[in-house]
Amino acid sequence: MFSETIELRGHIIDSLILPKVLDEILSRGANFKMLEVKIGERRADQSFARIEVSAPTSDALSDLILRLRQHGAEVEEKGDAQLAAAPADGIFPADFFVTTNQQTFIRIGGEEYEVRPAMMDSGIAFDRAKKQARTVRFADLRKGTEIVVGHQGVRIVPVQRVTERTDVFQFLNSMLSAERPKGAVIREIAREFEAARKTEQKVLVVAGASIIHTGAAEYLEQLINWGYIKLLFGGNAMAVYDIESTLFGTALGVNLEHAALTDSGHENHMRAINVVRSAGSIAGLVKRGTLTRGIMHACVIRGVEFLLTGSIRDDGPLPEVITDSVEAQRIMREKIDGVTLALLLGTMLHSFAVANLLPASVKTLVVDINPSAVAKLTDQQTFQALGLVTDIEPFLRELVHCLHELRAK
Amino acid sequence: MRELLLCPPDHYGIEYEINPWMSRARGAEAVVAKSQWQGLHKTLVSLGAKIDLIPPQPKLPDMVFTANAGLTVGRKFIPSNFRHQERAGEAPYFARWMESRGYDVLWLPENLYFEGEGDALFGGDALFCGYKFRSDIQSHRAVADMLRCLVISIELVDPRFYHLDTCFCPLPDGSAVWFPAAFDEYGQRAIRGHISDLIDVEEEEAKTFCCNAVVLGQDIVIPEGAPNLVRTLESRDYRCHQLPMSEFLKAGGACKCLMMFLPQREEVSG
Repeated sequence: MFSETIELRGHIIDSLILPKVLDEILSRGANFKMLEVKIGERRADQSFARIEVSAPTSDALSDLILRLRQHGAEVEEKGDAQLAAAPADGIFPADFFVTTNQQTFIRIGGEEYEVRPAMMDSGIAFDRAKKQARTVRFADLRKGTEIVVGHQGVRIVPVQRVTERTDVFQFLNSMLSAERPKGAVIREIAREFEAARKTEQKVLVVAGASIIHTGAAEYLEQLINWGYIKLLFGGNAMAVYDIESTLFGTALGVNLEHAALTDSGHENHMRAINVVRSAGSIAGLVKRGTLTRGIMHACVIRGVEFLLTGSIRDDGPLPEVITDSVEAQRIMREKIDGVTLALLLGTMLHSFAVANLLPASVKTLVVDINPSAVAKLTDQQTFQALGLVTDIEPFLRELVHCLHELRAK
Repeated sequence: MRELLLCPPDHYGIEYEINPWMSRARGAEAVVAKSQWQGLHKTLVSLGAKIDLIPPQPKLPDMVFTANAGLTVGRKFIPSNFRHQERAGEAPYFARWMESRGYDVLWLPENLYFEGEGDALFGGDALFCGYKFRSDIQSHRAVADMLRCLVISIELVDPRFYHLDTCFCPLPDGSAVWFPAAFDEYGQRAIRGHISDLIDVEEEEAKTFCCNAVVLGQDIVIPEGAPNLVRTLESRDYRCHQLPMSEFLKAGGACKCLMMFLPQREEVSG
């Protein structure tokens, strides 16, 4: 949305100029927010109103403002954003503007430009030739790039909190502790998933290795097979245990059926890694017919994009794993574009990394057994985040069950 | 006794086109115009008005429409800032004349267009002001500040009725004559909110500029051609004096446009 602040003065109440201006704004598909109204106390006293007017396009806003000027509206002068060149690769100018995850606009030469993508903890680069404002992180910053400094000319549009219940995310905006019943909420989440699938929305899952350990892999596999998931982020361990469990029935040596250590079970994950490495890739293993089920198998078969990233404690890693964390972050940023719903499952650090990249407008569901992980993540995605403190397996089992019922209808 | 400012039509003519009524191809008959103006002058004198005359100036043909000289309240005179360059030359003559008569001349900021009594008429305690074609709404605010009174700003939407005094005429009993379609919906509502007794004029009669009438107590000097309105006014005990105004209608003016009250109000209550 593009916006200007206008001021109206005079006998705007008796002359019905104020209602006329507000009606004109709404009837042209624009919107307004009353910032300040002072009504004259005596008959001859003039009144004053300061109104923020926003319209979907810059042209629509200029046309509207032109009309409103005729009725006496004066446009509040706004300063341009200040720009300074990056002094070196990877170094922002001093006092650079640090972004939030909210929709942000900058004003240059009197025009507003939306900063894309909305991403927190970045700087804002402005390309004069292309007339584009984009978020830029340290690793992508080149010497000489013009960067917004200070706060002038920067406008942040918070995701509106709704007063009416429209969906489970906006209704709750909070966290459900372990003691609270979750059935009703999971049913609502299932409806969100179904709606997202029908409208072909991009749903992201960030999956921790605990999905495999808790025996929840088959449910995530089911969600992928049913077409609910479009993008999967995970670590090396998640993929390794998923493949280990398919090939050997264990996760880190623990038999998933009997929940007991198996003989020489500690070797299994190493053998699994070796098999994948010898096949060249997970897809190669699927092609050989060795990998026949599981989460990674489902991704390959269904063409679901996945991104595996490494950590210090990794064994292997698998051939697909990106071990350069700056590079991994860059790829994640690219892939996140267009995501509308994000499911962060049982992986605190990986979830933080992703939440840092998500715009505030993305509906985010955090499920973790650790209350502090859930609290931190829902706090970050304040507007449309829902946190459930629970073991992942019962959550996914219930979600799949609800979806099964929905699909049967 | 009401004091009025008039300007003899010595230099009157259609020399440019700044409203839909004007056409240089359809010039005013100078002799007829003079006789119609003299008819107005004579009528106003006969009704007991004191008439002041400002000397007409060559190349300022519309100076005859003194309603647009400015707005006079008590001893304060707010000169017009004409929107059209063709009329801007009139302003200094009117201002100097008013100053020479001892009026306190209060200029509006140069960038605010305001065309005087043509767009500013008192009805009750409120000053009704028209905007868009000639005056800017921003000027209303400045006028309200200068006079410390309630100003009702009304958008004019029909270019044929480009000044407020062409479609709105307040009467001394608190009622008013108006042509509603000359205003937008909000303007109509604002007028109705302040004047409960409104006499509607139909379009055929509005086109004769019957709203452009001079009201002196119970006497109303009105252009001829609006028999229905005259009947209505007479049924309310007003005395109507109908005058031919054909030559001034060619410039988009009639009785009221040809005079300005000195002052329109002695004082206003805030």
